[in-house]
Amino acid sequence: MILQQILNGIVLGAVYALFALGYTLVFGVLDILNLAHAAIFTAAAFTALALAARGMPLPLAFAAAVALAGFAGILLDRVAFAPLRARNAGTLAPLISSIGAGIVIVGILRGVFGPDEHRFALGTAGDAQLHAGPLTFGVIDLVVVVTALVFMLAISYVMRATPLGRNIRAVADDRIAASLLGVDLERTIALTFFIASALGGAAGILIGLQYNSVSVEMGSRIELKGLAVIVLGGMGSITGAVVGAFILGAVETLSVAFISSSYRDAVAFGVMFAILVLRPRGLFGKRALRTA
Amino acid sequence: MTAFLAAHSKLIDQIGINALLALSLSVSLQAGQLALAQAAFMGIAGYVGAIGAVQRGWPLWESMLAGALASALAAAVLALPIGRLRGVFLAIATVGFGEIARTVENNLPITGGAEGLSGIPDDASTPWIYGTLIAVGCVIAAASRSKFALAVAATREDEGAARGVGIDTARVRFCTLTFGGLVAGLAGVLYAHANFFIAPGDFGFGRMEQILVACVIGGVTSSLGALVGATLMTVLPEFIRFLADFRDVTSGAILLGIVLFAPRGIAGLWKRGGRA
Repeated sequence: MILQQILNGIVLGAVYALFALGYTLVFGVLDILNLAHAAIFTAAAFTALALAARGMPLPLAFAAAVALAGFAGILLDRVAFAPLRARNAGTLAPLISSIGAGIVIVGILRGVFGPDEHRFALGTAGDAQLHAGPLTFGVIDLVVVVTALVFMLAISYVMRATPLGRNIRAVADDRIAASLLGVDLERTIALTFFIASALGGAAGILIGLQYNSVSVEMGSRIELKGLAVIVLGGMGSITGAVVGAFILGAVETLSVAFISSSYRDAVAFGVMFAILVLRPRGLFGKRALRTA
Repeated sequence: MTAFLAAHSKLIDQIGINALLALSLSVSLQAGQLALAQAAFMGIAGYVGAIGAVQRGWPLWESMLAGALASALAAAVLALPIGRLRGVFLAIATVGFGEIARTVENNLPITGGAEGLSGIPDDASTPWIYGTLIAVGCVIAAASRSKFALAVAATREDEGAARGVGIDTARVRFCTLTFGGLVAGLAGVLYAHANFFIAPGDFGFGRMEQILVACVIGGVTSSLGALVGATLMTVLPEFIRFLADFRDVTSGAILLGIVLFAPRGIAGLWKRGGRA
């Protein structure tokens, strides 16, 4: 029973991690909360669903939707953030413009797909069950975890060992110094948004497949959980987002097991609140970030 | 004119309630704190007032008194641990508080859980709503002529400097947050009694976003801006009702347009840089 809960926690944590990585990348580089991230997450799930429904094989539909999500991220930056950045508008204005962009994206989805829940065609998502001793998990859970891990390894490689990753880290550390040393700011920011949104999109498709349910409401359920994850791990920290996601996944599933399923959100946000008050830089965050 | 008022009385009441909510957020924004728990305060007061009215038969004024006291108390208790947080961190902590409050409302037997609470007396008439709005407006107007208003502005513009000239900025932050909680609570009770039904979902992050948007659109540095923004954002969806399914797209685009192309009022406050 407890092993089963841990297993569920790992699956949940893997999806949270993908979603939160996108949040934390943008926060790390720009010091802003991108509240349209959840809208892109939803849009990617719908895109994959629509492509799969038109007969595209699922892996191909997944890849196409992830890439489209990345481009949507670049567009989002150009429309909602770049103009504000250009005039140094502070932190409140981008927060509001990202809310506006999110409303637009979800509004388009609602207009096109309607308010109802959609499902992938029968058999698209593997619904076979695997048994290992007393444990039961779906093939799709395995696919979700493996895909999420592949993305996490890829992003950690990009961040650590490529010129792009070095640029992103430099801009996150000190935008002006990075720019003086020849880093192309706007290009780095655009690529950050591409990666962040592609990761968020991948999370959306995976969660849509796992629950076999895609709806315009799905983003609002994960939006604030993503915040809890990056607070826990430390705002802007890549490692923190991954570790925080698995901790939150475990906390949630364990609170279902030991407290009550109805209070799991209160437990998750209670942990987030406590971290903010007691240790605002989270587990892996930079020191003295309380005031950002 | 009377016919117009009668036909749109629901909308007019909504404008008044939303204006109160925007004012309540504006008070703490004016002290430079992005504290996003207004929807939670609204819910706490709404539930306290509505439960009293349904189970004990409280008249509206009693519900408003009890509800507003409860939400002001909640705000005061919340203000203590978050006193050291600033900017985005403050925003996230207060959003977390709101989610905890919503989960609790969702699960307590006395609130009716996710099904919501119905049968609330329908006694929040337009005069009650606008009477409350005018009373709150008068308090804010009176306060805006006092030394305290200067302390609020100083705290917003440069907290370090304000402390340097002897302003107790912690007190300013505590007072504005608690007063905001009180006003949001009044709005919450009126909301519950004007709709005679409430559910935890009414007081979630979506509501908080609406309040923030109304407040920012009008301009964060002024209470008048909050009133303008609340009116605009309440009336707008009615004007574009004919767009049916694409209504949200339009209101989102208008919001985006205002933030991008009308920076005055939005950027003014925060120009000094997000990092304190």
